[in-house]
Parts: sequence; C-alpha cells; structure tokens
Amino acid sequence: MVTAGKRNWLPISKPTRPTGKERQQTMIESLFFYVLSGVLVLSALMVISAQNPVHAVLFLILAFFNAAGLFVLLGAEFLAMILVIVYVGAVAVLFLFVVMMLDINFAELRRGMGRYLPLSGLVGTVMLVEFFWIFSKWTSDTAAVAPHMRHAPLEVSNTHALGQVLYTHYAYIFQLSGLILLVAMIGAITLTLRHRPNVRRQEVSRQVDRHPKDVLRVEKINSGEGVS
Amino acid sequence: MLENIAFLQSDFFTGYIQPVLVITGYVLLLVVPLILAMAYLTYAERKVLAAMQLRQGPMMVGPFGLLQPLADGLKLLGKETIIPSGANRVIFVIAPMLTFMLALVAWAVIPVNAGWVLADINVGVLYLFAISSLGVYGILMAGWASNSRYAFLGGLRSAAQMVSYEVSIGLVLVCVLLTTGSLNLTDIVMAERDWWVDLLLFPMFIVFVISALAETNRAPFDLPEGESELVGGYNVEYSSMTFALFFLGEYMNMILMSGMTAVLFLGGWLPPFGIEALAVVPGVIWFILKVCFVLFVFLWARATLPRYRYDQLMRLGWKVFLPLTLIWVVIMAGVLVYAEALPNMAGG
Repeated sequence: MVTAGKRNWLPISKPTRPTGKERQQTMIESLFFYVLSGVLVLSALMVISAQNPVHAVLFLILAFFNAAGLFVLLGAEFLAMILVIVYVGAVAVLFLFVVMMLDINFAELRRGMGRYLPLSGLVGTVMLVEFFWIFSKWTSDTAAVAPHMRHAPLEVSNTHALGQVLYTHYAYIFQLSGLILLVAMIGAITLTLRHRPNVRRQEVSRQVDRHPKDVLRVEKINSGEGVS
Repeated sequence: MLENIAFLQSDFFTGYIQPVLVITGYVLLLVVPLILAMAYLTYAERKVLAAMQLRQGPMMVGPFGLLQPLADGLKLLGKETIIPSGANRVIFVIAPMLTFMLALVAWAVIPVNAGWVLADINVGVLYLFAISSLGVYGILMAGWASNSRYAFLGGLRSAAQMVSYEVSIGLVLVCVLLTTGSLNLTDIVMAERDWWVDLLLFPMFIVFVISALAETNRAPFDLPEGESELVGGYNVEYSSMTFALFFLGEYMNMILMSGMTAVLFLGGWLPPFGIEALAVVPGVIWFILKVCFVLFVFLWARATLPRYRYDQLMRLGWKVFLPLTLIWVVIMAGVLVYAEALPNMAGG
C-alpha cells in the first residue's frame, strides 16, 4: 500500500552534520537502539536469573529477537532474519521442547543456589576482569588484517553482497564450516541411534506389494462338510 | 487555532507523527478486511463441508446463515475466561495473543497488488519464513502453561510436526528463489519464467501446499488437536476469547499460507496463465480469487481425507518430502545452470 520503492538498508553513516529531518531520523533510530538493547540486556539477565527454566528459555527467545532488531538497525537485514529463523525458529524450539519435558523440583533448585554461588561468582568475576583486560588493550593491526578482508560491494543488497563474498573469496572456509556441521550432525545421530530389534514398523512398499492372491484363498465349501 | 497550524508545520509533526498516522491507516486498511475474511472463512468452511456431505450448514442466523460468524463471535465474547488454578498464568494468557499476533504480523510483506504492500523489504521471503516458524511457540506455550496432560501432548506433537515440515518448506522456498533471483516478494511475483521452469516448479507447489496443511495443523495433519485421542489438544483448557484467539489464529494462518502460495507459485495479483485480456479485472480481485482457491483446497482436504497416524506424518515429512525437496533443489539448480536460465544476479 505504501508505494515506496525498495528500501536500501545501508548502514547508518553520518558524514556531515545532520539537519532537520535527518536529525529526527537519527533521534528515532537511537531511541530504537536504546529500547532494543535495553530489553536485550534485561532479558539476558533474566535468562540466567529466572527460577523456572521454561521462563529462562522464553527470555532467551526475547533476547534473540532484540538482537535481530539491532541487526536491522545496522542495515544487516539478512543476518537479522537468519538469526530469527535459525535460533528462534529451530534451536530455541528444541531447547524449549527438552526443558518442558524435564521433571524439575523447583524447591531443590533454589536450595542449590547458596551452595554454588561463591564458586560461580568467583569464576564469573575472573572472566569479567579478563575480558575487560583484553578488550581495553585490544587493537587490530590494519596492515596485517587487510589481506584477509573484503570490501562489501555496496551497490547491491546485503543478501547479494554476502553471497558474492561468501561463495567466492571465502569459499573454502565456508565449505569447512559446513563440513564441521555435518560431522556434528552425524555424531549426534550415531550417539542417539539405537537399533531395537522387536519394533513393528510400517513398510509402505511391502503393503503396496501385497496382492490379494498371495494372502487370500477362496475355498469352495460344500454344505454339511466344513473346511478341511 | 494559530498554534494548531504551527504544530501542523513543525518538524516533529511532518517527520514523525504524520508518517505514523499514515502507516496506521494502511495497517487498518489491511487488517480489517483480513479479520472479516477470517470470520467468513469459518462460515465458508462450514458451508463447504456441509455441501460435500449433503447437508445445509448454518442456515438460521440471517439470510443463508450469513450472520453466523458474528453470532459465534458474540457468544464467545459473552463467555467467562477460565484460567486453571494450576496454570502458569502469564504464559497461559500470552500464548493465544502471540498466536494471533504472529498470524497478522506476517501480512506486512505480502503484496496484494502492484505496489500495495506495507513494507516492501528486500528479504520478504525470509521474513515470512521466520514469522511462520514462530507460530509453534504459541501452541507450545499454551500446552505447557495449561498444566494438563492432554494440552501438553498436543503442544509437543504440534512442535515436532511444525519443525519437521518447516524443513521442506524452506527447501521449496530455495527452489522458488533459484528461479527468481530475489528475496523480495514483489520481484518474485513479477519474475518472468519460461514455461518449462514453471513445469519444474510444479512438484514443489504440491509439496508446498501439503506442507502448508501440516504447518497450519489442518486436516489431514490435525494431530495436535486430534479430538478422538487428545480431546482437543493444546487448547483444551482455554475458553472464551482466549480460545477464540487460537481458533481465529488458525484460520488466519490458513489465509496467510494461501497468500504465500498465491505469491510464490500462482503469480500473485497477475491474471492467470499470463492472459493479457484478463488484466481488465483489478489485481486485488485476482489475488483474492487465488487465495480463495487455495483455501478451498484446504477445506476440500479436510472433507475428503482421514487423519494421518503420527508415525506416518513424521515419515512423510522426513523420509519423503525432505529427500524429495533436497534432490529437487540440486536438479533445479543444475538444469537452470545448464540451460543458462538463472535470473540475472547482478540486478540486485
């Protein structure tokens, strides 16, 4: 109904001082950014603090959604949609599936809290300090990284751009990650596959192959004699 | 009065308030007909089923029973909303709203006529796929929050079923994208395909319609609510408007899937078979007719086919559709490359 042409979701860049309508736009964009990232951080906190694991998974889904929203704001709409399809549409469904079927005693869960708090707090603090330490010192050497980087072709939509780069320059790495996933999949199947000998299964081909003359016998029965 | 005019010319008004009002207007223009269509789809279903079973269907309320959907709606509104004492209240209430909302939200990217689309985004197909894959959450949450065995089993069945059939739907979408070279739904409708490419796509159309039946939990795949074994499935504990939202969400999902079929395979708002003379009829009418045709197939299937057994359903999804669509993607890609019929990728 809006007859606007295709939108080009280019990254937000501010080459000159924004004026008038542009300033309005950036204001709304930053408003969206703060709302999305605020909800993202809050729901991430709820994931680890919720008592009920089902609630935790639902908050995780909310976190994924807000991350997808942030991707859209960045102009990476393809990544946003893939995030929703893969993580929310498939991975989190399986999480929820498993968590819902667990038989959990909530009172026991709460009791464990005090016992594990010192150790987990220690591990968490150490990791936090290390992260701060690393990221405050971390810079990338542009000259060293440059040969491994590719400029995204700007004149096409970012789905095309990703495809063009992924299937040409990074083809081997892409294939390698595909292979890793394949190995993981085969591993999961071999770990869980059990052959149970006495299970009755439906075999469609056998059912279709069955013929009346193989399984039916027409008997002519004379009265007073019965079947021999 | 002067202040009002100053407000109308202010930066904030033209930059923000005005677009929001316009967009809200468009949204209403789309949503109100959709809700009406949904109400009358329930009527159409009863009438079609009745005609196929030599009955009359609803006849009493209004001429030909035309006011029956309104009467049903009023009846459901007037009932009491019961929340079971063992239920998880918040999730119990959110689940039906989520189901209904997701079914409506997906319509934002569906073009009903040339340029008549709320959001003409570049990744329209992926957006639709993402939203339709979220439908499972409403049912899963309802099943779990009800704290009832029947509801829970219904929810689990539905989750497994929807996840299974999404895989083949995704691969069918890949086949369509191979022939169009764009994720934008308007581009997909406008894509010009040779007749043999259409022929190649035809098996995928069948697979898509059957998967759509499974994805919307419709007969013959309506195991999540299988009333003979689960007394209604995931929505047993729901009453009044919360039940109505599930019920209507299911019908909205049917309309959505029909809309997707029309856009992806039946040429959206374009006249059928590319007959130029039929272009006098407005595009919206063609779109609506195509959606109605697919909906009729949905109802027809319900009147004709018995319900699948659960293992048969899973077998069809994983052992028939998945290999078939997977092989078809390879075949189509190969044929298109060989015939140099791939759409121009550089076009963007």
